[in-house]
Amino acid sequence: MTIELYRIDDRLIHGQVVVGWGQPLDLRFIVLVDEEVAASDWEQELYQMAVPPGMEVYFESVDSAAQRLPEFRADSRAGLVLTGDIETMIRLVETADGIADVNVGGIHHREGRRQRLRYLFLSKDDEQQLRELAELGVRVTAQDVPASRSLSLDIILNGGET
Amino acid sequence: MSELQREAPSGAARAIVAAHGDLAQGLVNAVAVITGEGAVFHALTNAGLDRDSLESRLREVVQNSGARVVFTDLQGGSWTLAARRLQRTMPELVVVTGTSLPVLLDFVYCDADPAAAARQAVERGRSSLTSVSGPPAAAGA
Repeated sequence: MTIELYRIDDRLIHGQVVVGWGQPLDLRFIVLVDEEVAASDWEQELYQMAVPPGMEVYFESVDSAAQRLPEFRADSRAGLVLTGDIETMIRLVETADGIADVNVGGIHHREGRRQRLRYLFLSKDDEQQLRELAELGVRVTAQDVPASRSLSLDIILNGGET
Repeated sequence: MSELQREAPSGAARAIVAAHGDLAQGLVNAVAVITGEGAVFHALTNAGLDRDSLESRLREVVQNSGARVVFTDLQGGSWTLAARRLQRTMPELVVVTGTSLPVLLDFVYCDADPAAAARQAVERGRSSLTSVSGPPAAAGA
């Protein structure tokens, strides 16, 4: 197997990740890339509790995730790499080789953000960061769960479909 | 009405039901239909809310209502994680996951303190989860 999905989701590990993607992809591990969580035993305990038996979570900083990515890719189990924001994914793409596709799975309501999709609210800065990600050679698409349609960055930034 | 506004009215709820989509409101509506006691619960949806907003919204409702029990749906869901985070500063808060209608119905009628009522409701929920098969097919059918 390999890394099935590189996902940006500001809820990090939650129902859509564990069940929505976890079941159809038979995910057996999640690489959670977040500097704050990687430095907090309490946060890690919280996320460990959120996954079902048989699913493992690795807590990594951007640097350690980039370093361990070949190991994760060589794992015989199916895995998912998760960041909580666009900036972290940009840093991961810049630091690690070979990330060709990124799934934008959830960026939610906050002051200054405009709704693009049911699960996607973007500020001007967010939009610029998504463009930056695409300029790094990554195919950026939005899709909250496998059963919904995958939408290109062009569609997202040119109106979306609310 | 937007998804962000779709919540049950606030008030002196004894507990909060926080779930995906419209589930919390649906469960509370069902409690109201069966018992007439829907006001025991304050329903919350996670639609449109990020991690920080989930936690701040839950904190606000807990503080305003005085509720000390949060019923969530998924053990690994975003509301459960938000409620667990809230427990860091509100250790008296009780979080119940995997909530079903029998759990809420039991809680409505339990006069014990919130933590004890939640424990009893969990037991009721467990015992009401069954799988019933039909009778064996008749010979020659």
